[in-house]
Amino acid sequence: MTTLTVNQAPLSWWQSRVMRRFMSHRLALLGLVMISTLTLICIVGPWLLPYDSLYIDLRARFAPPMTGEHYLGTDPLGRDIAARLFMAGRISLLVGFIAMILATLVGTLVGVIAGYRGGWISAVLMRTVDGFLSYPSIFLLLALSAALKPSPMMITVIIAITGWMEVARIVEAEVRSLKEREFVLAGRMLGLSRAHIMFREILPNVTGPIIVAATLTVARAILLEAYVSFLGFGIQPPLPSWGNMLNGAQQYLATAPWLAIIPGIAITVAVSSFNFIGDGLRDALDVRNDGG
Amino acid sequence: MSAFLLNRFLQSVVLLVIVSIIGFTVLNLMPGGPMAQYGLDPGMTSDDLERLKEQLGLNRPILVQYFDWAWRLLQGDWGTSFRDGSPVLSVIGRHIFATLLLMGSSTVIAIAVGTWIGIRGATHRYSAFDYVATIGAMVALSIPTFWFGLVGIYIFSLELGWLPAGNMYTIGDGSALNYLHHLIMPSVVLALVHIAIWSRYMRTATLDVISQEFVKTARAKGVPERRVLMKHVVGNALLPMITLAGVQLPSILTGALVTETVFTWPGMGRLFLDSLGYSDFPVVMGLLMFSAILTILGNLIADIVVALVDPRIRLA
Repeated sequence: MTTLTVNQAPLSWWQSRVMRRFMSHRLALLGLVMISTLTLICIVGPWLLPYDSLYIDLRARFAPPMTGEHYLGTDPLGRDIAARLFMAGRISLLVGFIAMILATLVGTLVGVIAGYRGGWISAVLMRTVDGFLSYPSIFLLLALSAALKPSPMMITVIIAITGWMEVARIVEAEVRSLKEREFVLAGRMLGLSRAHIMFREILPNVTGPIIVAATLTVARAILLEAYVSFLGFGIQPPLPSWGNMLNGAQQYLATAPWLAIIPGIAITVAVSSFNFIGDGLRDALDVRNDGG
Repeated sequence: MSAFLLNRFLQSVVLLVIVSIIGFTVLNLMPGGPMAQYGLDPGMTSDDLERLKEQLGLNRPILVQYFDWAWRLLQGDWGTSFRDGSPVLSVIGRHIFATLLLMGSSTVIAIAVGTWIGIRGATHRYSAFDYVATIGAMVALSIPTFWFGLVGIYIFSLELGWLPAGNMYTIGDGSALNYLHHLIMPSVVLALVHIAIWSRYMRTATLDVISQEFVKTARAKGVPERRVLMKHVVGNALLPMITLAGVQLPSILTGALVTETVFTWPGMGRLFLDSLGYSDFPVVMGLLMFSAILTILGNLIADIVVALVDPRIRLA
């Protein structure tokens, strides 16, 4: 019973202060509403529409938005854009989310070890971070996707490979500043193992910056997926993604501009939602860094 | 000063080694590795491939191969393009002008507009302008560059017919004005993200400087507000921006690649993409290494410039 109350005390503090600050951040709330709505539509939407995202109807090619039941029009193969947009949203959001989890895991691991161990371990790890940051991310991304067969999972992994460095840098700096604090010394004197100190004692104190960086990483990952898929090296058709829906849209710009405009709006809404939320979390958790 | 230079230079060399290791790893991940070109030739038997591998030294330990590759890289032998057999460095050389032109003009736009927005946001803190700029910057960072380019082409080329939809110049018309006309839209599109980043940092830097003692002193001496702002505040706020310009290099290159694709701009980005399409891996590798080296050099130069301009850093 006593442990229960002890556990609850910080929880209610979290709820009252951080949550209140986040909730009073109007832009962050807007982001939260936008992304929840978008996610919900992408999950439920395909079931509500009369057309399947892969159903080809050559009689209905290039239908402009609001033609009959094609609310957002059709593409060059007569497939319903609304249905494709929602299916694509599932893929793009999922890729962004999983890439974020992978990138955050790797970045956190590298950051904690480099920050706590210091010395040559830190030097090697952090110079590797610098090395990865020296490449334009899209060049590395495209070269890797040409090298490895671009399945959706592989694209996700590749995006994570080009996106873990910011988290690593942030975590490293935080851990380095925390490791001389009394509670760490106390842990060391108690004879706790290094892993225990790093991941059970120090890491929980870095949660705030990690959450902020992770939110911004989702935004980045969705954008990067759109970039590679737009260029034709990401998610491969017939599987739709917001990026590959735009691939090829340029040649129909004069006759069917909605092909290019609609998926781009979806990407912008999704990415700006995560950026808004990240900004709100940064204020609420009082994290002082710029994350990118 | 020389100690600082030496230290900074050594750091860059270490970074170059790490970058080359990453690059070499990617090269060996490529399908067929460095032999991809020959593997595609139907007249090539697997026996031939084995023999060639031995001739080219690809059966040696990976570490030996790495040092060999890196040594040739240092000597300027970056391999030859699979497509037309010309040296990789000269292929890159043919495309670098277009990219530098695009990057340069968009950087000028980004710095000019971003600086203005940043300073105005800092001096008129929490005003309507500041809010719009803050939200606008976050939205601008969320717009995919290529999509912004497509929308630009739709509005300004197809609907209004004011600007050309692509290419660097009209064939048969190589005048500077013609180049400029073609340059406007791609460089503005590429600049958008960097205006957003630049204005955010500039706002923070200006706020940092404005609250410092020497600004108060200048005001107390009766220096006109405009002069305080232009001379004392902006001059000092721009200092950290030099470093930012160096750090932003890879992201500008990323943007350039995407922008070049949309506007059929004959630069390094298009070259990269075309080479990927042709599985021309030596050129892909060359561009990868070239862009990383450019970034490291850019950061080095930015740091040296800051050290030269800012007397406070000289002891470091």
